[in-house]
Amino acid sequence: MDLILDLQNVVKTYDKKIAVNDVSFGVPRASIFGLLGPNGAGKTSLIRIITTITRADSGKVFLDGQALNSRHPEQIGYMPEERGLYKKMKVGEQLTYLARLKGLSASDTKQALKYWMEKFEVMDWWGKKIEELSKGMQQKIQFISTVLHNPKLIILDEPFTGLDPINTNLLKDEIADLRAKGVSIIFSTHRMEQVEEICDNIVLIDQGQNILNGPVKTIRNSFKQNRFKVDFAEEWKGTLPPGFEVVDQQADSLVVGLAEGGNSSALLQYLLGQGVQISAFNEIMPSLNEIFIQAVEKNHQPVKGQ
Amino acid sequence: MDKLFLIIKREYLTRVTRPSFIIATLVTPLAFVAFFVVASLIFSYESDDSKKIAVIDESGILKGALKDEKGLYFKFEQKPLAQLRKNFKDSGYDAILVLPKIDNLFSKDYQVFYYTSGQSTLETEDHIEDRVSDALRDYKIDALKLERKQLEALNTSVDVEPEPIEEGGKDATKLTSAIGAGIGFIMGFIMYMAVFIYGTMVMRSVMEEKTNRIVEVMVSSVKPFQMMLGKIIGVGAVGLTQVLIWAILIPLLITIAQVTMGFNPEQQMPMGPGAPAINPEDTQALVMAAMNEVGNIRWSLILPLFIVYFLGGYFLYSSMFAAVGSAVGDDMGEAQTLTIPIVIPVVLAIYIMIKAVETPTSSLSVFASIFPLFSPIVMPAILASNPPAWQVITSVLVLIGTSIFFVWLSGRIYRVGILLYGKKGSFKEFAKWIFYKE
Repeated sequence: MDLILDLQNVVKTYDKKIAVNDVSFGVPRASIFGLLGPNGAGKTSLIRIITTITRADSGKVFLDGQALNSRHPEQIGYMPEERGLYKKMKVGEQLTYLARLKGLSASDTKQALKYWMEKFEVMDWWGKKIEELSKGMQQKIQFISTVLHNPKLIILDEPFTGLDPINTNLLKDEIADLRAKGVSIIFSTHRMEQVEEICDNIVLIDQGQNILNGPVKTIRNSFKQNRFKVDFAEEWKGTLPPGFEVVDQQADSLVVGLAEGGNSSALLQYLLGQGVQISAFNEIMPSLNEIFIQAVEKNHQPVKGQ
Repeated sequence: MDKLFLIIKREYLTRVTRPSFIIATLVTPLAFVAFFVVASLIFSYESDDSKKIAVIDESGILKGALKDEKGLYFKFEQKPLAQLRKNFKDSGYDAILVLPKIDNLFSKDYQVFYYTSGQSTLETEDHIEDRVSDALRDYKIDALKLERKQLEALNTSVDVEPEPIEEGGKDATKLTSAIGAGIGFIMGFIMYMAVFIYGTMVMRSVMEEKTNRIVEVMVSSVKPFQMMLGKIIGVGAVGLTQVLIWAILIPLLITIAQVTMGFNPEQQMPMGPGAPAINPEDTQALVMAAMNEVGNIRWSLILPLFIVYFLGGYFLYSSMFAAVGSAVGDDMGEAQTLTIPIVIPVVLAIYIMIKAVETPTSSLSVFASIFPLFSPIVMPAILASNPPAWQVITSVLVLIGTSIFFVWLSGRIYRVGILLYGKKGSFKEFAKWIFYKE
């Protein structure tokens, strides 16, 4: 697979505390990758290693096939969870400064600034100080500063907090646009419904370890419990033959668990044979939220051997 | 290197274009000169009320004459004291001066009596003492039949004149050391101010960046060490700019004040009571000699060295301030606690500097001029008294080496400190951070 970022057995220890414990995963190019985990799991430590802020004690990190080096920050855009800008600096100066620090030439900076500021319709703010802007406006500026230098890899830590629904959608579209242009995005968040919506792949980090990794679809499939939900157009009070376990029965719906090797078509055929009118038939997919909680709880109680 | 320059540029430009900087840079010299002018005016202020004084000269030394001056009007009275005191209220006099008979020509004490209803002023007393003392001296010379010329020959002024051992060595005059000490004080105090003002500026700015969380964005582009160094150099350049502007503006404004207000600070120097009246010609000669000495000082050597010590001392101390700033975030109280160990050597250095100016060759002075925590303040103070070359060279080398070491050490603390939240900085923690691997 074509990987933009490849971590191999990365270990990082702080003062006797293991922050990252032998973590390996790859981020496919031009995809949106969810970096998930409970608080204090080691996500920030991983991000700091990827952005070359700190160095791993052992293990290897490759960006675009090359071992991580000091020129690489110029190809990465990082938006930290705790946003930060120079409050007294003007928007234009601030963005120019940050872009120049990322190695962009003065003329390239000008062009990129014009493009992005027009795209986000913030050209009027050029001479305004950051402290004069609202939080949502500051967030936009922060996002522009992250993508201004045309990075190959963008790391967004909780990018949607503090944004209204309109700006959230604007940002989501922007992220999709960037992916279409071949940019890879690492997306770190606690909001699982957002992950479900936009991520192609995820890694779940807990206690410094990779406990779950892969494409979102595959993971959800592997966690599904073979349950189906049937909605009836009329009331139905019948019973099911052996091999089908009724998990929940309401007047107009039924949740059925299939036995190992059970077939959903057989269930549907049986119900149709009963002459009842069916309005919907769905497989119940576990939400990432459930998977997250399940996986983390399991990881926290290894001794009990569930 | 490119990025370091960008950081320096930002740190410098955002500060020097700030209105508060421009105001402070321009107003401080004005305030300084205004203070100077007002202080001179206060010292030169003389009582403007006039006094009429009756004089009863039983001694006869005044020979019926005492010049009216400085608002004092003297009138010789033949009436007895008792009568004058009795009619004092209607007499129009403000005071009565009584000079008793002189019994013993060899007595060194002589008391005159000054009767007044109100308070006698120090200024009036001084004036009368001076005049009576002069008159008494003339009277004694005549009464004892002394030769005036011989007497004057007794007042010899002795000067120790420093001369070089080597032939053709640089000849210094007595004034050299006095001027050297004066310049030393000024330089020492500029250093002291610079370390505090600009060191604290660095610390506050680091704290602000950490509180703003801009560091997280910054360190994903540049190394923390570049950030710290850029800030220190940028603020240092701001400091140098400000000090240089002051160095030009203050003498300029003083000159303007002298010309427009027609006052001469050399003559308005505050004099203690009883100080001998200064002959204007002597003053002029002294000023000329002093100017000459100021010209004689090896400025071509002292000025570059002063900048070396300014930068060395500034780097040494401001890097420590930066390290403290990185560790505390927005807690100013905690910052103050942690800066105490930085402030102590600076304050000690000031005391040593004051002593070293008087005795530039004492072992304390030599030690302090080399010890890097003191040398930036002490050495500039004794440079004008020409310390030996080995001492200057050793001092400069030790200072440069130590500055580099401290900047490196602070960088180690800084890189950990700025990314750490919630953990309180302490010296034990600092020691740990220094040895953290990246």
